[in-house]
Amino acid sequence: MNLHRRNLLQFTAIFTLMASAGLITEAQAEEWNKAAFEGKSLDEVFKALGTSTPEKSSLISMNAPDIAENGAVVPVSISSNLKAQQIAILVEKNPSTLAAQFFIPAGTESFVSTRIKMAQTSNVFGLVKADGKWLMTSKEIKVTLGGCGG
Amino acid sequence: MGDPMRIRAAETNGVVDVKILMKHDMESGQRKDASGKLIPAWFITMVNVKAQGKDVFNAEFGSAVSKDPFLNFKYKGSKGDKLLVSWIDLRGDKRTDEATVS
Repeated sequence: MNLHRRNLLQFTAIFTLMASAGLITEAQAEEWNKAAFEGKSLDEVFKALGTSTPEKSSLISMNAPDIAENGAVVPVSISSNLKAQQIAILVEKNPSTLAAQFFIPAGTESFVSTRIKMAQTSNVFGLVKADGKWLMTSKEIKVTLGGCGG
Repeated sequence: MGDPMRIRAAETNGVVDVKILMKHDMESGQRKDASGKLIPAWFITMVNVKAQGKDVFNAEFGSAVSKDPFLNFKYKGSKGDKLLVSWIDLRGDKRTDEATVS
């Protein structure tokens, strides 16, 4: 059984167990978008997010280093002039392509900054959902020391 | 209950800049221990931030968010806003911390 599938089964088992044990509510167990985080490619994540390949948009900016010294801690910021409802960070060559997604209520700026792990040099995509439509920008980040394994 | 997080929130011109540093190992499930066995995945999956009882930010993390997750976002708010930051992880462990906007 490949490792990813085993992890997935573990997640599923754990969530189901926790939900049935009342440790987390059913709602919480379902809220975490498991399908999106399981995606092993850009296309799989786009599909799980409910879109085809988003159009590139110059209205989204990604602030991230050209070269990440340490793949375990890569700072990435996404901002946009669009009114974002959702923002997502995808790392093309990571085992789990979707690194994180954010939900932006009205009154919150279309901006987020966080730190992610990158397994190797890869294109990183910043997606923004505005007006019900997903758009994106991308940047290649070179990694000198991979951040996913020992 | 997890370890306390650090929250810094400062308001300028009606916009509150919020910086959060959570304490969590964020095991991706990809690493192996000394004997070559895979260390099971254990990471924060969801983060919720409320200001004055209303949601101002929600995040979902996968296995690729760095150890001791850092978040920075901005929302329209005021000095004195009561912030509540909560997270839950894969094991159902939770943590909630409060802060007041300065």
